[in-house]
Amino acid sequence: MCLAVPMKVVSIDDELAIAEIDGVKREASLMMLGDEVEVGDYVLIHAGFAISKLDEAEALQTLELMRECLAQGEEPS
Amino acid sequence: MIDLAEFRNKGIVEGLAAGIKKLTAGRTETMTFMEVCGTHTMSIYQYGLRSLLPPQVRLISGPGCPVCVTPIGYVDHALAYARLPETIVATFGDMLRVPGSGSTLLAERARGADVRVVYSPLDAVNLAAKHPGKKVVFLGVGFETTAPTIAGSIKVAASRALKNYFVLAAHKTIPVPMQVLSADPALKISGYLCPAHVSAIIGANAYRFLAQMQGVPCVPAGFEPADVMQGVEMLVRQVVEGRSEVEIQYSRFVTWEGNLKAQALLEEVFVPTDTPWRGLGVIPDSGLEIGERYAAFDAAKAIPVKVEEAREPQGCRCGEVLKGIIAPSDCPLFGTRCTPEAPVGACMVSSEGSCAAAYKYGI
Repeated sequence: MCLAVPMKVVSIDDELAIAEIDGVKREASLMMLGDEVEVGDYVLIHAGFAISKLDEAEALQTLELMRECLAQGEEPS
Repeated sequence: MIDLAEFRNKGIVEGLAAGIKKLTAGRTETMTFMEVCGTHTMSIYQYGLRSLLPPQVRLISGPGCPVCVTPIGYVDHALAYARLPETIVATFGDMLRVPGSGSTLLAERARGADVRVVYSPLDAVNLAAKHPGKKVVFLGVGFETTAPTIAGSIKVAASRALKNYFVLAAHKTIPVPMQVLSADPALKISGYLCPAHVSAIIGANAYRFLAQMQGVPCVPAGFEPADVMQGVEMLVRQVVEGRSEVEIQYSRFVTWEGNLKAQALLEEVFVPTDTPWRGLGVIPDSGLEIGERYAAFDAAKAIPVKVEEAREPQGCRCGEVLKGIIAPSDCPLFGTRCTPEAPVGACMVSSEGSCAAAYKYGI
């Protein structure tokens, strides 16, 4: 039930955004995020509400850490 | 530009698995980590992540499936509303097939009840606006991820002066039952993989008391397979190094303080209350009920209805599955009398229930 999908904001009209992923568009209320969201941002959508905005710098850093582990790991069997 | 599909990269998952094996090499003790959230459970089964872990690392499923921990009396209450005339029961899809004491919402709908599945609680508010002559009762089930969306819907209904939108609220909060579970010596929990999206709302600080007071490492982790494996790797590392801290794996969406606007919504609309959890019993201050200010929207107060006495299904061991005491296959009903087509217990109904996951993907 706590599933939420990261989607890209394609338009904003007051408190209502339209967000898109893989060609699927959804309305999402920005009641919980407000001004901090701009068109082009990725947000997590849950039950018609945007609940969190993607921190791209953190995402890149997480991936970097994961790849480091890949480099240090043994060959996958 | 970041490619979020990278968090499903097989090579990365295998690399993390190799890292975990290295960390645990030569160690004899078992580390038991509980994934609290049902969506983690699904991800672990779906991607076969257990098969990548060394024998010293054991993952057990926790009570983080809202539908599964909702007591049968709540379902009976919803069924009673479904039987009322001029009443629409609106719900998220996974409540439809949950057995009450004698029926399900799906069966009531087949008998003519007006039960509608909505994607968002705002859709239920729109239903109320569209049908002013009917009462719309929304089934407010879910943890801190979902509860703010229900709070938002109540505020929207209030601002639109709707008098026919009601919520039957049975929201639950996650950190308190985690405290109860890690205090249970039978479970021997070495660390928590904390729920991704609950944490996006409540913030990682909410788990500090567990790490500090109970000595249980906590890592809010994402739901993609690489997220889960990295979360497990961080927990293993803490155990190996003798640390007990909160570390955020899912830092792209989870902050220390969480979503303050969502927390403010929860505080405005709800008040904490003692609430029963299937399998765990009544846990003080682990639920949210609608407060005085929005009491007119509280179905339980505004629409009195006679609810039949709750009867638990015979032989069902959902309660023990939810505490991580037994695996789904240890229940005598699993796969025989209880299947996704004809579920006896809630853990087999919800798409994120442990039993449904075990049935779908094998043990």
